[in-house]
Amino acid sequence: MQVTVKLFAGLRQGRFAAEKFVFDDGITIARIVEKHEISGSEVGILLCNGRHTDFSRKLEDGDIVSIFPKIGGG
Amino acid sequence: MSTDALVESIRKAADNEGLLPLSVYKDIATEFLITYKELEKIALESGFFPLRFQRQRKLLGSACQLRLLSAKVAIVGCGGLGGSIFEMLLRLGVGHLLVIDPDFFCESNLNRQLLATSANLGCYKVDAALERGKLVNPVAEIETLNQVFQSPAGKARLASCDLVFDALDSVSGRFELAQLCARNNLMLIHGAVSGWSGQMAPVPPGSEKMAQIYPKTYPESFPENSGSPPPAAEIEALVDNITPTVNTVAALQVAAGIKYLCDFSLGSGSYLHFGEELPGCFIDLTEPDLERLR
Repeated sequence: MQVTVKLFAGLRQGRFAAEKFVFDDGITIARIVEKHEISGSEVGILLCNGRHTDFSRKLEDGDIVSIFPKIGGG
Repeated sequence: MSTDALVESIRKAADNEGLLPLSVYKDIATEFLITYKELEKIALESGFFPLRFQRQRKLLGSACQLRLLSAKVAIVGCGGLGGSIFEMLLRLGVGHLLVIDPDFFCESNLNRQLLATSANLGCYKVDAALERGKLVNPVAEIETLNQVFQSPAGKARLASCDLVFDALDSVSGRFELAQLCARNNLMLIHGAVSGWSGQMAPVPPGSEKMAQIYPKTYPESFPENSGSPPPAAEIEALVDNITPTVNTVAALQVAAGIKYLCDFSLGSGSYLHFGEELPGCFIDLTEPDLERLR
């Protein structure tokens, strides 16, 4: 199945802004984060098709996953 | 006091467009033994408009301007985000502002914190806010607390607000603030910055939004994270922050807050009417790029 992965801000460095990947059915966002060697502690907001979700979300064909870095300054 | 006599005084002092200049407030308030805020409220209710808000008269209208004047809004954290939020709320005409921050200004705040000046380094941030508030909007009531918001005084004062702005710089503090707001049924407008990126999200009371913004659980496949709590603010404190990002996120927070305070009093024809949902967003100023969060 095909999934679009979008990365934001600093997570793009050495990676990409948006790319389509073919993954096994039922892959989780956690596994995608791991595949791209992103540390779990770096990750903040996670969206699936523009809606908030979490690491355990199992993806379906055509899903768009957006991964944002954790941001905490004020 | 006769309201008719007061309205007549306002009518005489206003220009032919119904605009009331600040220069007449003192005489009228003294004569009728009322505060500037009470005077402004009656002027707005009687169809007059403060001259200093002339350029937002059509955009906001009397109903929204009255809402802002009657609102009690808290800003938790008075650094980069907090200083800019405070300035914008003063200029929009929010009638009561509570500013909470235990810290004082240091030289490295000057690159991005609006209230920091070379003259007030070493002074409490909330004292600078009080001084600025009197100059920019003499009608607004400014309440300050140079303690952490978790103190008994902080908790008590926050409980009586209509809206709270998250301008903190620590993730753990944000969770505590979200919990406090949920307990008091308060809308919280979250904002955070890092380098050229930032985010804004309204956090309605009882929502899971803060936990979605800062996930507490990590994949078990990351051994370094399993079982440990989310990394605390110390990491964030080391990240560079600059004024364009700070001001952009502060502006997004203020826009969301004003919409929250006003939209239930306005019709669908208003610029500010935007339905039930208040979306958040993530911005990257290097692109520039804005991603909507729902």
